[in-house]
Amino acid sequence: MSENASLLDRSMADLAGLVARGEVKAELVASLLLDRIAARNAALGAYLTVQRDETLAAARAIDEKRARGETLGPLAGVPIAIKDALATRDVPTTAASRILTRDGADPAHGFRPPYDATVVARVRNADALLVGKTNMDEFAMGSSNENSAFFPAKNPWDLTRTPGGSSGGSAVAVAAGLAHGALGSDTGGSIRQPAALTGTVGVKPTYGRVSRFGLFAFASSLDQVGPFASDVRGAARILRVIAGRDPHDATSLAAPVDDYEAACGRDVKGLRVGVPEEYFAKGLDPEVEASVRAALRGIEGLGCELRPVRLPHTRYAVATYYIIATAEASSNLARYDGVRYGLRAKDAPDLGALYARTRAQGFGREVKRRIMLGTYVLCAGYYDAYYLRAQRVRTLIRRDFEEAFKEVDVIATPVSPTTAFRLGERTEDPLAMYLADIYTLPASLAGVPALSVPCAPTAPRDGTPSLPVGLHLVAPPLEESRLFALAHAWEQISPARGLRPSLGDGGSAR
Amino acid sequence: MPSDPPAARPIDEAEVRSIARLAHLDLPDDEIQRLTTDLASILAYVRQLEELDVSGVAPTSSVLLERLPLRPDAPHESLPHELALREAPRVSEDGFEVPAFVDEG
Repeated sequence: MSENASLLDRSMADLAGLVARGEVKAELVASLLLDRIAARNAALGAYLTVQRDETLAAARAIDEKRARGETLGPLAGVPIAIKDALATRDVPTTAASRILTRDGADPAHGFRPPYDATVVARVRNADALLVGKTNMDEFAMGSSNENSAFFPAKNPWDLTRTPGGSSGGSAVAVAAGLAHGALGSDTGGSIRQPAALTGTVGVKPTYGRVSRFGLFAFASSLDQVGPFASDVRGAARILRVIAGRDPHDATSLAAPVDDYEAACGRDVKGLRVGVPEEYFAKGLDPEVEASVRAALRGIEGLGCELRPVRLPHTRYAVATYYIIATAEASSNLARYDGVRYGLRAKDAPDLGALYARTRAQGFGREVKRRIMLGTYVLCAGYYDAYYLRAQRVRTLIRRDFEEAFKEVDVIATPVSPTTAFRLGERTEDPLAMYLADIYTLPASLAGVPALSVPCAPTAPRDGTPSLPVGLHLVAPPLEESRLFALAHAWEQISPARGLRPSLGDGGSAR
Repeated sequence: MPSDPPAARPIDEAEVRSIARLAHLDLPDDEIQRLTTDLASILAYVRQLEELDVSGVAPTSSVLLERLPLRPDAPHESLPHELALREAPRVSEDGFEVPAFVDEG
């Protein structure tokens, strides 16, 4: 591998240090990375659009800023991929939906927001390189990235498999070395599940920890923005940049932001780690279970104390989530009507027809299914039986965590019941797809922070390559530092450490 | 909407059509049929929540830790007119163009 190519394989912290000290030009990083994206993205489908000229211009501006003697930010010259559900000023943003394109076909003809999402502005101000907008399930509705209106993203460990979703493109970009970090959004597992399935680190912060201004809303009582990175320290660094109160988002928390990177390396001896039996029940793939149990033994070896805990309402999380999330989505997605931006149905005779035809043409199958379900459960006559009941069960799920966190500091579970499944395997059965999120939904409903960190991948056999497995760590509200401390300690001894997919183009991802 | 208990009566095509009208979705017959099947199976699944006794349990509508702050009620700059219209599929006389919706007859 050439010296230049190996530059891209440095960790996020190393790369930012090199650029900040002027030992490496951001422009070199940008051009090397853009070339790698050009070579690999067609096979992987990670990016919907790549901002080549803008990235090179931004890189030169960062280099000039340093030449003027200014101190660079914590993400100096670090390539960060942005989920296409986040507004980027003047750059096409589609949420992987036809309804946010003019022609109903091309993401490059997508809606150009007049402003940056707050998280986008914050990584920009930290001197990151915003290389492109990543693929996703349409409006973040899905668990396999196959609901993208444009093309699916593919798992770099096995191109016949899904990377998970909905933030699939962000996960693939990081796993395949097409960015050092990425931003995603997690409503029911959309950061953690793709992180697990691609062998990356993904964090869903506490509800309200990160501003959602400029995130295209799916389910407002659940949506949260968070980072992906190839190591725990990188994810911690990004979260510190994006977290904190934002005057543009009334639901963003004013609580002080910890130095999450300082938590990496902190001693975890004596930490009480809860293991809920409900997460190791029927439906969990035996290979995933073996890997997660081995990780739990590893954590015990670090001096943590494992304790059984109960989260008795876990089995109701999928039903609760699909009522609450679809109800909120049916309301949030009412704004896409063909008038102010994006697609507009032709020759509609009246306003009602314009709305109904534009939406029928512009939304994909899963989005329509969820809008319909959400509209149904909010109907007078059904509201109490479905929506109100689901909100009450949400209280029970929340209390499960409150009770458990009286006994333990962190809860550890699998992220996904299986490894990456094959493309097409679950597309005809919405319920089977929804069950993929069974372990990530409860933390979303409770609003607590959670993270996925790689544990031992499965062994290759019968033509199936080795596939990543994620360990899910969950903490009480605003205790992200605890997650980073434990995940970092585990990462140092994890069998997955340093493992990268081989990409068949002569190089590994890192 | 009918007031039968939801478990008593499965969803049918007529009801799916009326939901589609409420949701502003102009769906062809084959999509209505497919959605009727999909919604029936999803609703059958989510009805497992009926197993739980939730009497006396307060609903959770938000898990926010802090009270929502109010911003100062002060005038501030809004989006420039030109920028607000930039992405509109059709504009007319400096506004968004829509088909007539007031019956002037």
